[in-house]
Amino acid sequence: MKGLHYHYQVPGDDFTRAGEASGAIKAALKKLGFSPQVVRKVAIAMYEGEINLVIHGGGGEIDVDIDGEKVTMVLADHGPGIPDIQKAMEEGWSTAPDNVRSLGFGAGMGLPNMKKYSDEMTVESVVGEGTTVTMVVKLV
Amino acid sequence: MEEYVHSVTLDPDACRGCITCVKRCPTEAIRVRGGKARILKERCIDCGECIRVCPHHAKRAVTDHLADWNRFRYKIALPAPALYGQFNNLDDAEVVLEGLRAMGFDGVYEVAAAAELVSDATRLLLSQGALERPVISSACPAVLRLIRVRFPELLDNVLPLVAPVELAARIAKRQAARRLGLDPGEIGCIFISPCPAKMTAAKNPLGTGRSDIDLVVSVSEVYPALCAAMKTVPEAADQDLATAGRTGIGWGRSGGEAAATLHERYLAADGIENVIRVLEDMEDEKLRGLDFVELNACSSGCVGGVLNIENPYVAAVRLKRLGRYRPVSCNHLGDSIPPEAKWDREVDYAPVMQLDANPFRAMELLEQMGEVEERLRGLDCGSCGAPSCHALAEDVVRGYAVEDSCIYVLQEKLDAVMRSMLEQHDLNAKTKEGAAP
Repeated sequence: MKGLHYHYQVPGDDFTRAGEASGAIKAALKKLGFSPQVVRKVAIAMYEGEINLVIHGGGGEIDVDIDGEKVTMVLADHGPGIPDIQKAMEEGWSTAPDNVRSLGFGAGMGLPNMKKYSDEMTVESVVGEGTTVTMVVKLV
Repeated sequence: MEEYVHSVTLDPDACRGCITCVKRCPTEAIRVRGGKARILKERCIDCGECIRVCPHHAKRAVTDHLADWNRFRYKIALPAPALYGQFNNLDDAEVVLEGLRAMGFDGVYEVAAAAELVSDATRLLLSQGALERPVISSACPAVLRLIRVRFPELLDNVLPLVAPVELAARIAKRQAARRLGLDPGEIGCIFISPCPAKMTAAKNPLGTGRSDIDLVVSVSEVYPALCAAMKTVPEAADQDLATAGRTGIGWGRSGGEAAATLHERYLAADGIENVIRVLEDMEDEKLRGLDFVELNACSSGCVGGVLNIENPYVAAVRLKRLGRYRPVSCNHLGDSIPPEAKWDREVDYAPVMQLDANPFRAMELLEQMGEVEERLRGLDCGSCGAPSCHALAEDVVRGYAVEDSCIYVLQEKLDAVMRSMLEQHDLNAKTKEGAAP
């Protein structure tokens, strides 16, 4: 079977809507009866990614593919890009401006958490062009 | 899945088939079919929201009745803390408890007293650090069932302790049996409840195999007789039945249980919609750095239960006032938690939301659901009897409804038939006139 595909546009700078896409995917996974562990991993990884699109990427797009073996999430933005991906992966490292931090975001746990909760993660980024993060959560 | 007795039921004669309850149900457990609301049993969590909103009083809480107490030789009242909030100018719970005795109960054990023991046990567990943080309260039975059907990944965070009323029943029954030399079967523990979900919890407990609560009677049923009985209590009566402190009384309103953990990093949410938002956020790990989360399905906590009489906010203020004159806490555990306060079995995930047990079949159904939903208008008008277009799409692929249940889909089809008939009619007319071959 070809599997399921979902596409979301995430608007930039609207914190009140961040989490809508990951929320919809979470609901879908529960309908599929996937294990609570898988739902939790996808929910956390995708929510973090969605927040990143809002804070850093100026919005972007999320594509989610679900097949019988895995959930693949591709999050793409046309934001400033990440100059040093290695550094961005360190826990606590953050570029978030104060107005974002005061909202409780920008603790420097975004990418580390995405890596922690996904089974595979790749980050492709070009400064000035944008960032694409691909995450895979396996079902077994 | 075990057969599960619900306390929330429908009176089909009173139901007019409006969709008020359908729209408000937090687990999408109600549909209107054949002009009457139907409750999907496996999804219902007995939160009582439909009872609260039904304009025709067609939703009812099935509870036990005081008349059922005759089968017990010794009857013990277990008043919920919320009961105290029903009376104006109450400075001392003693008069309420004396009133319960005057109306025929042989003994009284305050649920608020047991709540203080549960608070002690909670603090012990928190200090041992063995539980997944933030720890979620298990006292609200509707929330516990909600987590079980919708948030299974949070089950590990749930406090593995019985609710105060269950602990109260166990202690009261044990003490009375020993003191009076009675068989526990001759003793009836009768909970005076603000809440229909407590009825379900007593008949089908979660986290424990058997409940010691024998009857669950509503606050609203007890209230008139209790009011009358309270007037007969002499002012000098002072038997010290009231043994709960401010902590136990505070359990009746939202925030009371959380504050009693004596941890600063806690959150207390009340009202089922707010509870769901908090659980969603917990699932996404948005709530970090919290030790304890208290969740109550009813606004304001147990004082907001649908079996109460008084406005929840008024009752909450009264509990505050009543607690002011009491010591902080009067009931204590030693340095260990007795087995009767603990869960003796796990609470399992009840996957009632899944489309099919086979994930491949479920994916096919989910795909079909998407296709059906595309053809619906997304108005969520509820005329089909489902709470939303999304829910109707789900019902269609599950085989519980047809797409034509949507009045807009049906109208489009009728319009198409009518257009086709008109075209046919015009063609026939032209043929008669000899204009067409």
